[in-house]
Amino acid sequence: MTLESTRPQAFADSSVGYVVDPDVWELRLYVAGQTTKSLIAFENLKRLCDEHLPGKYTIEVVDLLTHPQLARGDQIVAIPTLVRRLPHPIRKVIGDLSNVERTLVGLQLRPAKT
Amino acid sequence: MSQIVDAFSAVENTLPKAPTGIAGLDEITGGGLPRGRPTLICGAAGCGKTLLAMEFLIRGVIEYGEPGVFLAFEETAEDLAQNVRSLGFDLQQLVDQQKLVVDHVHVERNEIEETGEYDLEGLFIRLGYAIDTVGAKRVVLDTIETLFGGLTNVGILRSELRRLFRWLKEKGVTAVITGERGDGALTRQGLEEYVSDCVIVLDHRVSDQLSTRRLRIVKYRGTLHGTNEYPFLIDETGISVLPITSVGLQHQVSAERVSTGIVGLDAMLGGRGVFRGTTVLISGTAGTGKTSMAAHFAHASCHRGERCLYFSFEESRDQLMRNMRSVGVDLQHWVEQDLLQIHANRPTSQGLEIHLVTMHKLVAQFQPRLVVVDPITNFLRLGSQTETEGMLVRMIDFLKQSGTTAVFTSLTHGGHALEQSESGVSSLIDTWLLLRDIELGGERNRGLYVLKSRGMVHSNQIREFTLSEAGVDLKEVYMGPEGVLTGSLRLAQEARERAATTFRDQEIERRERLLERRRKLLEAQIAAQRAEFEAEEAELLLGISQERGAADVLLADRFEMARSRMSEVTNHTPKNHTRKSLPPGAYT
Repeated sequence: MTLESTRPQAFADSSVGYVVDPDVWELRLYVAGQTTKSLIAFENLKRLCDEHLPGKYTIEVVDLLTHPQLARGDQIVAIPTLVRRLPHPIRKVIGDLSNVERTLVGLQLRPAKT
Repeated sequence: MSQIVDAFSAVENTLPKAPTGIAGLDEITGGGLPRGRPTLICGAAGCGKTLLAMEFLIRGVIEYGEPGVFLAFEETAEDLAQNVRSLGFDLQQLVDQQKLVVDHVHVERNEIEETGEYDLEGLFIRLGYAIDTVGAKRVVLDTIETLFGGLTNVGILRSELRRLFRWLKEKGVTAVITGERGDGALTRQGLEEYVSDCVIVLDHRVSDQLSTRRLRIVKYRGTLHGTNEYPFLIDETGISVLPITSVGLQHQVSAERVSTGIVGLDAMLGGRGVFRGTTVLISGTAGTGKTSMAAHFAHASCHRGERCLYFSFEESRDQLMRNMRSVGVDLQHWVEQDLLQIHANRPTSQGLEIHLVTMHKLVAQFQPRLVVVDPITNFLRLGSQTETEGMLVRMIDFLKQSGTTAVFTSLTHGGHALEQSESGVSSLIDTWLLLRDIELGGERNRGLYVLKSRGMVHSNQIREFTLSEAGVDLKEVYMGPEGVLTGSLRLAQEARERAATTFRDQEIERRERLLERRRKLLEAQIAAQRAEFEAEEAELLLGISQERGAADVLLADRFEMARSRMSEVTNHTPKNHTRKSLPPGAYT
């Protein structure tokens, strides 16, 4: 995985407010060990996906403590970070995902409030 | 320069330091940045923060064998590699050799949504991984404040940054954190609060359209450091900081004398020229031959086989060489032999400080024994009197430190007192030669005198000095009732004196002849008188003897008569006769 392939500005510029019903959702959750924040984030994500994307999603949990080299690829700074790898463009939601509304906005399942 | 290092490092051996390898910076920090601690480098945009940090890292790898990590928050690895390539560093090569990691941390606000609690463990892991990969000893975070633009939760950011710096310290890496200067504070986000061991501020000021970069160590815990603002330069070899503000007066002095290149001038200076390592000022009004004289100094230096660095601020290199050829000084010859370097530059091309840094650098590179600055007066246009003086003090101190003889020329404007040097540097000058116009008899001639020369006997005379194809020549000037005579008047005076001398010689000869004649006359008279006397004497003697003969005859006759008469006196008369004839007084 090279730096270039994950540089997402190009997509971000063309992104519309939200995505309507694509078929494949590839999500990746970056954590650092089994911390409370990580566990809460995972539970929140699971619940949200089951509710809004039933049967259309995959969640990959990446523990940076065991794979530190992966942090660079997705430009991970904060923990936990949820990365929407598909559909394009790449989106990130950082934090424990406790605010469902904001998470949905972050994943572009809801239009952002203006 | 090395004395400063000694002074700083002698005081504290306790605080270990990581040398930066940047010219001058290690001198003012007393050996480098605090090892194993974070250092904050802040300044406005474009003042050279990233470059300084990068040079610290690269030199760490190349010169001190300490691998490094560059965490770039603003520029990509490619951009960085490109930026330092112009300084002759191959970033990619160091990365390939596993000596350096360049990681571009990009936080794009548009693609990130924040919800709930988070921390920056991801950054820690990335940095930790990079450090472990190459075994890094040095880390640069450039510019970490960018995170404040990408993430909104300032509370979390602040506490995480605090944790990050603590973590870096625990890791034992020497870290450099750059920060953009904010309003009224050193950095926008107050990073100086967290990084409290060493703070360096870079500044880039423009005054009169000339820019000058400056560096200042705001704080450096637990160590002695230079507190002034030091100018620095970014050129093809990276950053050079000028460590000297004033080296002080501890320099060694030399009793060795060096020739000025002008025989007559050497003679005026106690017969042997100036002391090595001293400062000579040649001041005078326009066209009095300051440059020609300075060129003679340079020529003499090269002739001794000693290198000379010539800063020309009025004439181009070629022009200088051409013009000096007309007074019999072939500078080109020395340039070709690499004994002479001429740097021609307009003073207004760069700021005062940068001139100083450039000169400092060239001197350090070329290691000359003589430095000529022609003229120093032009610097006045660049700064105030104080600034110019300050610069010259630093220049002079630096040159004295290395035992380099310095020759400065200074243009005095008409109307000013001749003794007033424009730059007010008189107290810094060891030997001051003053060139002046002497206008007399419809001519303008050049005069020279030694205004001062410390530590040697020197002539108090004003000499006329002439420029010809054979070079500079010093002539005696004539002081008469009409004042100093120069030029044609001097020549006329010389002719008059020659005539007078001839006349005197002839007069003496004439009198000697007269005396001789008199003597001969007298001797002739004496001889004549003597001859007369001798003749008289002879005559008298003859008379006397005749008289005496006659008396004898008379006596004999009488005796004969008496004998014939048989008188009684016969018995004793002959006795009487004998006795009477003996004393000469008997006749008188």
